[in-house]
Amino acid sequence: MANTVLDVQDLSVTFQLRDSEVDAVREMNFQLTEGETLAVVGESGSGKSQAFLSIMGLLARNGRATGKALMGDVNLVGMDKRRLDEYRGRDIAMIFQDPMTSLNPTLRLRTQLAEVLVRHRGFDRKDAVRTSIEMLERVGIPEPAKRANSYPHELSGGMRQRVMIAMALLCQPKILIADEPTTALDVTVQAQMLDLFKSLTEDFGTALVLITHDLGVVAGVADRMMVMYGGRSVETGSVNDLFYDPRHPYTLGLLHSTPHIAHRAERLDPIRGLPPSLEHLPKGCSFNPRCAFCFDRCLEERPPLEPIGGDRKKACFYEGPLRYEEVA
Amino acid sequence: MLRYASRRVLSAIPIAFIAVSICFFILRLAPGGPFDGERALPPLVLANLRAHYNLDQPLINQYFIYIWRLLQGDLGPSMVIEGFEVSQLIAIGFPFTLTLALSAFVIATIIGILAGMVAAVNQNKWPDYVMVLAVMIGVIVPNFLMAALLQLWFGVYLDWFPAGGWVSGRWEYLVLPITVLAWPHAGRISRLMRGSMIEVLGTNYVRTARSKGLGERLVMARHAIKPALVPVVSYLGPGLSYLLTGSLAVEQIFGLPGIGKYFVTAALNRDYGIVLGTTLLYMFIILALNLLVDLLYAWLDPKVRYR
Repeated sequence: MANTVLDVQDLSVTFQLRDSEVDAVREMNFQLTEGETLAVVGESGSGKSQAFLSIMGLLARNGRATGKALMGDVNLVGMDKRRLDEYRGRDIAMIFQDPMTSLNPTLRLRTQLAEVLVRHRGFDRKDAVRTSIEMLERVGIPEPAKRANSYPHELSGGMRQRVMIAMALLCQPKILIADEPTTALDVTVQAQMLDLFKSLTEDFGTALVLITHDLGVVAGVADRMMVMYGGRSVETGSVNDLFYDPRHPYTLGLLHSTPHIAHRAERLDPIRGLPPSLEHLPKGCSFNPRCAFCFDRCLEERPPLEPIGGDRKKACFYEGPLRYEEVA
Repeated sequence: MLRYASRRVLSAIPIAFIAVSICFFILRLAPGGPFDGERALPPLVLANLRAHYNLDQPLINQYFIYIWRLLQGDLGPSMVIEGFEVSQLIAIGFPFTLTLALSAFVIATIIGILAGMVAAVNQNKWPDYVMVLAVMIGVIVPNFLMAALLQLWFGVYLDWFPAGGWVSGRWEYLVLPITVLAWPHAGRISRLMRGSMIEVLGTNYVRTARSKGLGERLVMARHAIKPALVPVVSYLGPGLSYLLTGSLAVEQIFGLPGIGKYFVTAALNRDYGIVLGTTLLYMFIILALNLLVDLLYAWLDPKVRYR
């Protein structure tokens, strides 16, 4: 049995608005094992980014997180920022969606990379820069020594994302959170980037959390996946299980709304309706207004996330077979 | 960087020439002349004076004479203060004006940047509100009124500082004039700094810096302040020119021996030489400042360097 590197228990994130509160993430529970790749999938506003930003202590000013995110026996949620700074960047690192704006435009890459090693590893500047250049080479940046002296605007989007990856992996963290790392890149670059993720996290034994709404990305690299809806995880399990035998109607809908090159379809099959507003979630199961399998219990009670054999879990009362025809 | 700088210096030459020409003609549009007084001068004397200063020639000739002398570095004589060259008067008054304006500038810029940062970090808390209030007062109250209020309050009622006048080498005579000059400047700087700092603190790259666990102090010092200074720096050039021109009025109010004394009297007396000379001096200072600011700008924002 592999080690658990991150154990998230009852994680909730609440945002204080002018005169109301919005729960972006509700009672999330999951474990991340050493070296695995977990894909977190959901629509915009499903809380997938906020959950991990809260673990990194990067919520907006009006956000508040409760619950636990245990790394060993330290709880990262709600930790004092100064203590959290000991862990962020060293044991747990994050890569963001938009490489064009995520690097500081006024500082040379060299500076932005080396400071991580100076801060967490106590390197002196010269060693830190040398190690940074080696890392740039590893993520496939040509002429790394020369590039290290560049400013971010002199690099393409793909190159900048490579720099972000290099920066996140400098301290060989146990956990790497990648928040839609390929969304802003074009498709050929996406594929290269995913290969890079895969090989580097394998080399360093880093567990990767891949936040995405692109199921193609999930199929390519992830071991396990977690589907989120309305701030909750609704189904978890291995990628194979969820792709070939989804048990939650939302997972089924997601899979079928993805265009497939083998089946020439005239139109896409979207999930009917719109994602719910987090301020006005329906009573019972949040998915009930859009669900083809919904019955009276779903309108009253909220299904808990429960094990359904193997290492799978789902949050749905419907026990019958899920067939796509019934949705359409 | 050197190419950028030399290109900028060269492009300042036509600007300077155009500005000189405009100043020359605008000044002549004003009615009256340097020799109009309460008592009219005898016609012969007047004619002689006018001939002496070339005022009897067509305006366009006077213009070319002025430009020709200017190219030789000669600002001409004062027409009212007998026996003085314009450059002599500038040499007497300008060092004081420059000291006053520069002190106010340095103090105000530092205070403004710090106050803006404090306000940004404490957005919508009491330090922020205090700053907004102070800025409002500084920007709204015109400097002649502010001068009078400070003279009355700190000079007369409290008697902390002299209300006016100047004794060489005594700093306390400068406290009130510098405050009057610095306040609005510090206000504008702090507003700019506050705004840009708030913007920068919300950027993705500051989030990245925080995610690296650098610690808030390093995030501020290395990642936030430099980009936040960009709009502040672009205001510094115009800011200092406001201070230098504002200084003329403030010197007059506090009775300080700067160039303001000559300039204000000269403007009233139509002493063309002094007014033009001072204006030119200011123009060169402002051009130089803008150049300096642009170079600073290039240092702050690497993207500018390659344009």
